[in-house]
Amino acid sequence: MRALRRLYAAFFLGLFLLFLWLSDFKRLQGYAVDLFLQADPLTALAGWLTSGTLYQGMAWALVILLPTFFFGRFFCSWICPLGILNQFTGWLWSGLRPSEHYTLNAYRPSFRLKYYLLAILLILAAGGALQTGLLDPIALVTRSFIAGLFPAANAVGLPVYLQAPLFQGGVVLALLFIALIVANRILPRFWCRVICPLGALLGVAALVSPFRIRRNVAACTGCKKCLEFCQGGCDPHDRLRVSECHLCFNCLEQCPEGALRYGMVAEGDSVHRSLDLDKRRLLETVVAVAVFHPMANAALSSHAAAMPGVIRPPGSLPEADFLARCIKCAQCMRVCPTNVLQPALLEGGLNGLWTPVLINHRGYCEHHCVLCGQVCPTGAIRAISVAEKLGSPPHAKPVKLGTAFFDQGRCLPWAMHTPCIVCEEVCPTSPKAIWYKKVELPGRNGQPVALKQPYVDPGLCIGCGICENKCPVTDMAAIRVTSVGETRSSANQMLLKNGVPSR
Amino acid sequence: MLRELALAGGLAVGTGAGGWLVFSREPVRHDPVVARTLKDFRVAADPHYPVLAVVRGQRVEAMVREAVEKLGGMSRFIAKGDTVLLKPNIGWDRQPQQAANTNPEVVAALVRLCREAGAKRVQVSDFSLNDPPRCFQRSGIEQAAREAGGQVILPGQNDFVLTRMDGQMLKEWPVVRFLHEADKVINIPVAKHHSLSGCTLAMKNWYGMIGGRRNQLHQDIHTSIADLASAMRPTLTVMDATRVLKRNGPTGGNPDDVSEENTLVAGLDEVAIDSWSLRFFDLQPTQVPYLALGHARGLGTPDWRSLNVVESQIG
Ligand code: SF4
Ligand code: SF4
Ligand code: SF4
Repeated sequence: MRALRRLYAAFFLGLFLLFLWLSDFKRLQGYAVDLFLQADPLTALAGWLTSGTLYQGMAWALVILLPTFFFGRFFCSWICPLGILNQFTGWLWSGLRPSEHYTLNAYRPSFRLKYYLLAILLILAAGGALQTGLLDPIALVTRSFIAGLFPAANAVGLPVYLQAPLFQGGVVLALLFIALIVANRILPRFWCRVICPLGALLGVAALVSPFRIRRNVAACTGCKKCLEFCQGGCDPHDRLRVSECHLCFNCLEQCPEGALRYGMVAEGDSVHRSLDLDKRRLLETVVAVAVFHPMANAALSSHAAAMPGVIRPPGSLPEADFLARCIKCAQCMRVCPTNVLQPALLEGGLNGLWTPVLINHRGYCEHHCVLCGQVCPTGAIRAISVAEKLGSPPHAKPVKLGTAFFDQGRCLPWAMHTPCIVCEEVCPTSPKAIWYKKVELPGRNGQPVALKQPYVDPGLCIGCGICENKCPVTDMAAIRVTSVGETRSSANQMLLKNGVPSR
Repeated sequence: MLRELALAGGLAVGTGAGGWLVFSREPVRHDPVVARTLKDFRVAADPHYPVLAVVRGQRVEAMVREAVEKLGGMSRFIAKGDTVLLKPNIGWDRQPQQAANTNPEVVAALVRLCREAGAKRVQVSDFSLNDPPRCFQRSGIEQAAREAGGQVILPGQNDFVLTRMDGQMLKEWPVVRFLHEADKVINIPVAKHHSLSGCTLAMKNWYGMIGGRRNQLHQDIHTSIADLASAMRPTLTVMDATRVLKRNGPTGGNPDDVSEENTLVAGLDEVAIDSWSLRFFDLQPTQVPYLALGHARGLGTPDWRSLNVVESQIG
């Protein structure tokens, strides 16, 4: 059983890494690289609460959730990449203090925390704020690999990328990940036992499972051998806490009396304990979140008013819907060829932490690329075609991410009488959205200088940001894109001909 | 007591010696970066052969063969065992019919010719402006060159070496290291419109071999182009004018901006090749200052009429 579990664990962890590796322009050939994220019941449930639908592939979550009602939290030990990593690192360090295992693996009241966290996240979701991604293990581990571990590979000299990706705030993401792995040294599977809201959800579902670990009371001598290797901290030696059991099956093999088995109830089995929750604490949590959430909503953020720096990838839903769907998994940032997609800090408010924004200082949106929409598991970025993005028939207009503006105080031909127009050169639209007037101006010494002074045609500009990225005024470009005019918003518009702003 | 004294003394001496060793008047220690010098890749001039060979036709492979044949055949340029670097324009994430990059068939034909002439290795590289993997794939050049037996290299962060350019503007600049490692170099530009320099042809194609903030060179684009062309002297140049991007260059994107010209111009004189190609843009050599600069530096002559030019039309 244990060997079989290890086989599965290795397989699923390998599959997870394979998907991450495949997420690339050259390798992405219709594989369902977002399968893990889509099959995540917490994402599915919360996404359904915020948006009212179970988007496409997220129906896979039922494949995990429904069997949990019968067989328990099998996902945690057999499939979850973070659970597998926790278990593995916990095992690596397990040799350090062998005598302590009985105490380390005993159930603790702190294990309740995850249920409160689950409650918080679900209440937020019911109120329209999707924050599960902060603590959802699949989103978290995907994000950590993409923004922490993968860039690190290049930094230490493994040429995984031609151009090493950099992510703003990536060090925070890396530190969080390292911290939660190291926590296994203090308490094995710390994350799974104490924090994981997905584990909590599956634990609640497992409460009704007819298949579970059963202990024959008569055969058991109370030696607690099972506890030494227990992953869940679920007290298999006593009245088992079904909601905590990860189905690692270590206990079965440890019991010298063969008193433990997995199956349906039989005569002589011990009874099981139900969820250990403090009802008052739960109520307090519910009330606190219910009060905090509207207060947070009353603060200025990107879904209350358009923000100049909140430029979303092509095909993104309108901001409110986008925030109701994005789980901050960073899949889009993994595939983006130019590294323009960055985890937002507080550009759009607290709600949008770690959601993707385009930072043109780092990259630009590649004209023929639509990869981000193809890997987004939740549909926050719709999967659009290149034709739709470019506005080629049958589409009337290209997808516009924002509009570029000249900073005439920094632009070389404007401010310094120096020829340039790199922005015009790189502009990918045809006709080009940047045009210029030929002028002859007196220079400092009175000599005339022939110049081409550039302008943006706001009707043609698609906001791709390559002008900003390639502008030789490198620290803060002389042409910069802001979100105004973005296709996805009816309100964030400045031109009458793009439609009358409705809000 | 003696031991303590010895220890203290030893530490003091050691610290003093260490301090003396690492002392410097510079706040930061730098390794002196030695800039390398580029080779001259040209072969000897030979009055038996024309300076420019212009070939018009439909079948690209045959046109390339004809052009090289007119100039004396590939064996005039490539010796057995040579490592040859081909430098097409692979700057943009565009497809061949949009004419923003060199025609992949031209590249493939040259790869084959070099191989037939006994080249040990034929490398194809360029430093793209858009995302390199996309540019190489969607331009069709990666596949075409590979199938023809070439080795396709996407320059990465570490593939640039500081190089002495000895130009007027460009003194030292990072250059792709494959250029240093090659024995022979073939420039394969594509004729395109460019609003700052008027057009981008053979001399401007060398932008694709340099790294750094090359955008800054636009501030004096004509001098920069002349500087680049003086530093990089290719073995052979084959200008692709099978499709010419007439407007909205150098990126293009709109098939309406492309005109089918079905022409190749090959030769050793980049200034002459560029001047000859101005006809696609209704420009005169006097309107393109870098040609005069190139002429003044002895890179070639804008007056192609004075040269031995052979034109041929094949099927
Ligand atoms: S938008 Fe990006 S981070 Fe958000 S869910 Fe989609 S892929 Fe993940
Ligand atoms: S479409 Fe733009 S933002 Fe999305 S992955 Fe491609 S380049 Fe990045
Ligand atoms: S690239 Fe920058 S400095 Fe040059 S013209 Fe454009 S905005 Fe001005």
